Amino acid sequence: MWQDLLAQSLSGLATASSLFLVASGLTVIFGVTRIVNFAHGSLYMLGAYLAWTLVGALPRGHLGFWGGVLLAVLIVGVIGVLIEVLLLRRIYKSPELFQLLATFGVVLIVQDVALWIWGPQDLLGPRAPGLRGAVDIFGARFPLYDLFLICVGPVVLGLLWLLFHRTRWGTRVRAATADREMVGALGVNQRLLFTTVFFLGAALAGLGGALQLPRESVNLQMDLAIIAEAFVVVVIGGLGSLPGAFLAALLIGQMQAFGILIFPKITLVLVFLVMAVVLILRPYGLLGRPPATAHAAPAIEPPYGPPSRALRVIGLVGLAAALVVPPLMGEFALIVFTEIAIMVLFAASLHFIMGPGGMVSFGHAAYFGMGAYGAALLTAHFAAPMEAGLLAAPLVAGLAGAVFGFFCVRLSGVYAAMLTLAFAQIAWSTAFQWIELTGGDNGILGVWPSDWAAPKLTFYYLALGLCVGATLLLRRSIFSPFGMAMRAQRDSPLRAEAIGLDGFRIRWVAFILAAVAAGIAGGLFAYAKGSVFPSVMAIPRSVDALVMVLLGGVQTVSGPIIGALAFTWAHEQLMRAFEMWRLLLGLLIVALVLFFPQGLAGAAQRLAGRRAP
Amino acid sequence: MIPPVLAAEGLHKSFGGVQAVADVSLAVAGGELLALIGPNGAGKSTCFNLINGQLRPDRGRVRLRGRDITGLAPRRIWRLGVGRTFQITATFGSLSVLQNVQMALLSHAGRAFDLLGQVPREDPAPALALLERVGMAEQAGRPCGVLAYGDLKRVELAVALAHGPALLLMDEPTAGMAPAERAALMALTARLARESGIAVLFTEHDMGVVFGHADRILVLDRGRVIAEGPPDAVRGDARVRAVYLGGMEVP
Repeated sequence: MWQDLLAQSLSGLATASSLFLVASGLTVIFGVTRIVNFAHGSLYMLGAYLAWTLVGALPRGHLGFWGGVLLAVLIVGVIGVLIEVLLLRRIYKSPELFQLLATFGVVLIVQDVALWIWGPQDLLGPRAPGLRGAVDIFGARFPLYDLFLICVGPVVLGLLWLLFHRTRWGTRVRAATADREMVGALGVNQRLLFTTVFFLGAALAGLGGALQLPRESVNLQMDLAIIAEAFVVVVIGGLGSLPGAFLAALLIGQMQAFGILIFPKITLVLVFLVMAVVLILRPYGLLGRPPATAHAAPAIEPPYGPPSRALRVIGLVGLAAALVVPPLMGEFALIVFTEIAIMVLFAASLHFIMGPGGMVSFGHAAYFGMGAYGAALLTAHFAAPMEAGLLAAPLVAGLAGAVFGFFCVRLSGVYAAMLTLAFAQIAWSTAFQWIELTGGDNGILGVWPSDWAAPKLTFYYLALGLCVGATLLLRRSIFSPFGMAMRAQRDSPLRAEAIGLDGFRIRWVAFILAAVAAGIAGGLFAYAKGSVFPSVMAIPRSVDALVMVLLGGVQTVSGPIIGALAFTWAHEQLMRAFEMWRLLLGLLIVALVLFFPQGLAGAAQRLAGRRAP
Repeated sequence: MIPPVLAAEGLHKSFGGVQAVADVSLAVAGGELLALIGPNGAGKSTCFNLINGQLRPDRGRVRLRGRDITGLAPRRIWRLGVGRTFQITATFGSLSVLQNVQMALLSHAGRAFDLLGQVPREDPAPALALLERVGMAEQAGRPCGVLAYGDLKRVELAVALAHGPALLLMDEPTAGMAPAERAALMALTARLARESGIAVLFTEHDMGVVFGHADRILVLDRGRVIAEGPPDAVRGDARVRAVYLGGMEVP
């Protein structure tokens, strides 16, 4: 029995090493640039793919294998430099959410590029020469390669320590981690420093990926799988802390190894639960420190005014078109129209907390998904009618929003983004792993509307009515005393407190309201599709919502509506017309962040403002 | 006997062995302006923050009209009738001047969580009246984010006066303003305080402002009160002169 435990523990250590390689790069990059690099998992994946190609192309043997790995690591480092120079360098001063989103755009681009180069099938790499066999440890057979990996982690930690403490470059990096502005003021070439840090971080991720080659197959799901775990490790260890990342990697490695033995059903949930608990109790992680320099304050947005006449006319014409046109369209168009109506509400609900509330959410899909699952579970397990499901959806989502939001709204910036992400991942992994209840990856089927709403056109009108109604209510409440209190606590927490406003309660209530609205959208989505899968609350759906809000423009009240219309329509067109729609979506996101940070509505407003004297 | 509006008794606060405030007591009556001065590091800000609820004293009590408010959250202290202005103005930049004042009025009316009302349909008269008092009514429609600094200070004053406070706490009210504006703002503050019987406690670096407008002055040095009294008495105080050592001219 204890031999099994030992073997399990050793295997956990091997996992920890790989995790540490990726997490160390992520944390070093964050320390200096304050950017949480979503594309770090993609660099890891590229490391694995490149190593597969290079090791295969080079002659067999030690030189071929290790030479191939080294070459792959260097190429990934150069790719990292390209990402830094072309993209990140331009957005160091942007809000955290833009940075996170931009690097997610890179994730999408890399996914399609990798698919194009290496194809969809899993690739099996060669074993490492000299490390093929297994050794006998107290009667348990243990792969030699895993023992090698166990050593790699501490060795890399030691080398990084030497690099950071015994070289001039390392001293500068540590200084920049402690106080970026001061280092700039002292005349250190920051650009070069940032670029070299990015090279190192990317190379570490590439090394992590390349060393996985003998252990597991290379596939296109590696990026998001590893980045989620790397986020957990880095957040638990403390963003920017290398020893913290090492400690947390050990912890997570062991938790995964033993979690499979003890709680095989909740391994995924467990990991994100630990991350959420750490963020709640110690927002800066086990060994992290609060950032010395505050992030650039968000730009003061123009006051919200009543809608202009032009906007009112456009809105009314749009609504009239939404009522009159669909009966003339085919069934497929009706499905698209229904989805657009749902996405408008989903985007408006996220905008409600991001815009007026000034909060950050990278996991808004959780509440959309809670609504969808709330409705679907009621249908699947109690054969409840659609009406009951649509009532349950906002209740379930609102409840989740109350519980998750209670913790999330206390944090800000990148820490809030990470906690909202962690909660969304908890929701997602519950749906994914609690197969008895949710059917896991197979989802819940047969979630159909009641008979009266079964015709596509009727259901469309139902969705339109609920979504437009809820969106208008959200919009109206932005101008209510509560909506103004939201903007007040966003603009100046100090002043808000000094006139008796309770910022925490205001943000919490806003979070719950947004969750309820997202839940309505999710419930409708379930009946529109007739089924629910865990993907309704996966990371890409949260990103969709963010893109819609930012595409429309977070600083305008009508932004999310325009953004949802444009995005859902474009998404539909892209998916139908192009194989590589993710690449285009990724490019769209990057372009959005770089060139239109104020979105379509913001750009239109500026254009109108320029024309008026 | 009617208790003073604000009474602090024996305040102590230390940070990791450094005694920032030691045994400070003070009282301010309605309509009176008390200035808290002292060289850098004398403990003015700490003292101020002990009174406004930002910090909790290690020892000592703070009373507002006889009621113990020691260590209450700033939000609760505001509810009991304390208005504040900040060294660096804190206003809501994306709200209009009018809305900044309306927000304070709505909060005072307990309507911060009102989801049904519509602010644009609220009666602007009470907020406009307050803006009128500080001379900002003409700019009511402008966003706070674009105002000149001196105007922002006046908006802040209107916001601080919105709930008819008994006490006004002003941290460096004239910091960052042009000299001419400073005198005007303090004259305005003094007039409003005397008209409405508001007690005013302020810290200030500009000695012209202090000696020109304060009714009484309290001088701190290294956390302790070294002098207290009307401007003329403080001006002549040998210890005060010694502390400032000519580093700052006492007019």
